[in-house]
Amino acid sequence: MTDTVRDHAPSPTPTVVELSERYPEPEAKPSYWRSRTRSILKHVALIAFGLVMLYPLLWMVASSFKPDALIFRDTGLIPTEFTWSNYSDGWNALLHPFSHYLINSSIIVFGSLVGNLVSCSMAAYAFARLEFRGRNLWFAIMLMSIMLPIHVIIVPQYILFSELNWINTFLPLIVPKLLATDAFFIFLMVQFFRGIPRELDEAARLDGCGHFRIYFRIMLPLSLPALATTAIFTFIWTWNDFFSQLIFLTRPDMYTVPVALRTFIDATSESSWGSLFAMSIVSLIPIFLVFLFGQKYLVKGIATTGIK
Amino acid sequence: MSVVSELSQVRKKGGKRKPSALHKGDGKAAIFFLGPWFIGLVLITAGPMVASAYLSFTDYSLLEAPNWIGLENYTRMFEDPRLINALKVTFMYVLISVPLQLAAALALALVLDRGLRGLAIYRSVYYLPSLLGGSVAIALLWRQVFGADGLVNAVLAWFGVEGQGWVSHPDYALGTLMILNIWTFGAPMIIFLAGLRQIPQMYYEAASIDGASKWRQFRSVTIPLLTPIIFFNLVLQLINAFQTFTQAYVVSGGTGGPADSTMFYTLYLYQKGFASLDMGYASAMAWLLLAIVAGMTAVNFLVSKYWVFYND
Repeated sequence: MTDTVRDHAPSPTPTVVELSERYPEPEAKPSYWRSRTRSILKHVALIAFGLVMLYPLLWMVASSFKPDALIFRDTGLIPTEFTWSNYSDGWNALLHPFSHYLINSSIIVFGSLVGNLVSCSMAAYAFARLEFRGRNLWFAIMLMSIMLPIHVIIVPQYILFSELNWINTFLPLIVPKLLATDAFFIFLMVQFFRGIPRELDEAARLDGCGHFRIYFRIMLPLSLPALATTAIFTFIWTWNDFFSQLIFLTRPDMYTVPVALRTFIDATSESSWGSLFAMSIVSLIPIFLVFLFGQKYLVKGIATTGIK
Repeated sequence: MSVVSELSQVRKKGGKRKPSALHKGDGKAAIFFLGPWFIGLVLITAGPMVASAYLSFTDYSLLEAPNWIGLENYTRMFEDPRLINALKVTFMYVLISVPLQLAAALALALVLDRGLRGLAIYRSVYYLPSLLGGSVAIALLWRQVFGADGLVNAVLAWFGVEGQGWVSHPDYALGTLMILNIWTFGAPMIIFLAGLRQIPQMYYEAASIDGASKWRQFRSVTIPLLTPIIFFNLVLQLINAFQTFTQAYVVSGGTGGPADSTMFYTLYLYQKGFASLDMGYASAMAWLLLAIVAGMTAVNFLVSKYWVFYND
């Protein structure tokens, strides 16, 4: 391309003309350098601040590869002595191997994922597309239930689940999700469904398509971003959830990752931070992976549910 | 503006729509689609709410039938020094850490706004702590970092300052939890960033044609147009912070110590309800919690009239 320009246009190329028109040379030079230095300084400050923020995390990763004796003395990120033993020790430090707790957490996460994706999208379809009596009232009730602190209902829930003999099973943590009690996701999907042109499903209605098929064949396939956001947040919140897992799971073989991690304090002496760090990192890896691969949905999810 | 604004619009949209042929049979379909949600609402949410209200007037320990004692749980609360202390601790935590967290979020959002190179990377780095901050792993890390032999003291030692066990000192333990909350400013920052992007560029252009300085533009364009977002973040973070549990539980080893200095309200509620099985009292505490959170939100809305600017 540059060749053709050189061959056929001896005068400066159009883009150059345009640029110099927008940024008159004499004025631009000093302010260009000033803004350049300012922007470099800004980046240096931002990077330094980011490092300070992430330092405890990075240091935890580094420390998990250091022998216990070194952790207190060594504030650097590069271990002077490298060991894997924290991981093998930590893995077996509790009553069950750590994989046991990872599996327990995964079961609950999987159940919650299925529950939230199915039940919340169904409820959202009704609120977004169906006309029925009292819709606005039910919708308002649903919105208010989002803001209800869990503490108000946890005691009777515990009584109910213990009557059903569900304590120390995963049911109290999964069944509510199948019943769309995470109403936040209903709201998120209602917002998304409203953005899908009504003409699509009305045309399908006129062709005699039933509501279930519209929901399943039209709305869901068009809502993959909303479903992904729901899945990601469900994953992170369930994986990190401590309060309800602490209450409903009291037998060590039913412990999930967060509950098991906490018992490290009692089970091991204060000096074995290495194995505690190692297992903490194991527990954070799934969240970190979701963060890496689901960033787009995370940012969108926060931004769109935050504002309109 | 999310759930809050949606709720205030429900009434406005209420007008009866004509039932069209397209929506014949919607009622039946609604029963199918809303069935699971409705069962959940009754059994998991509303039912327990009613039960909790009833239990708050009883003496109940799970082992025997509830025993009606009228308002005793509520009067007991006002004479319970540990509960009053828990309220004080929680309010201090909320009223100090939430404004600082939001200030950090806003400041960083302003710096990151307007076509900064590498915005996506900075945004991710600053957001990561928000994602991890609620986990047990990070609370355990905090216990070490602010412990007697922790990272903070090691850094202080470079400067010849001899630190102490911050998490085990009654004067400082709460402060370490506040720092943890401020550390998670990334989520409100992302909401601020999205809000900043919605401010039309032409306002700034108009202001600079009128000779407004950068600072003046910030004060008279950015801040007023951002007040709805600040308000939304404030409501959200206050509600969340008041219910903080995991961090206090893990950092204090479940005790709320040292000397009840990290005894958050929810932690005390947990201890009463699930450690002492004083479930009637815990239920009454839960209703006080709801009243406080609702009251805080209501005050926020009332005061918002004086400082939140709605462009529409």
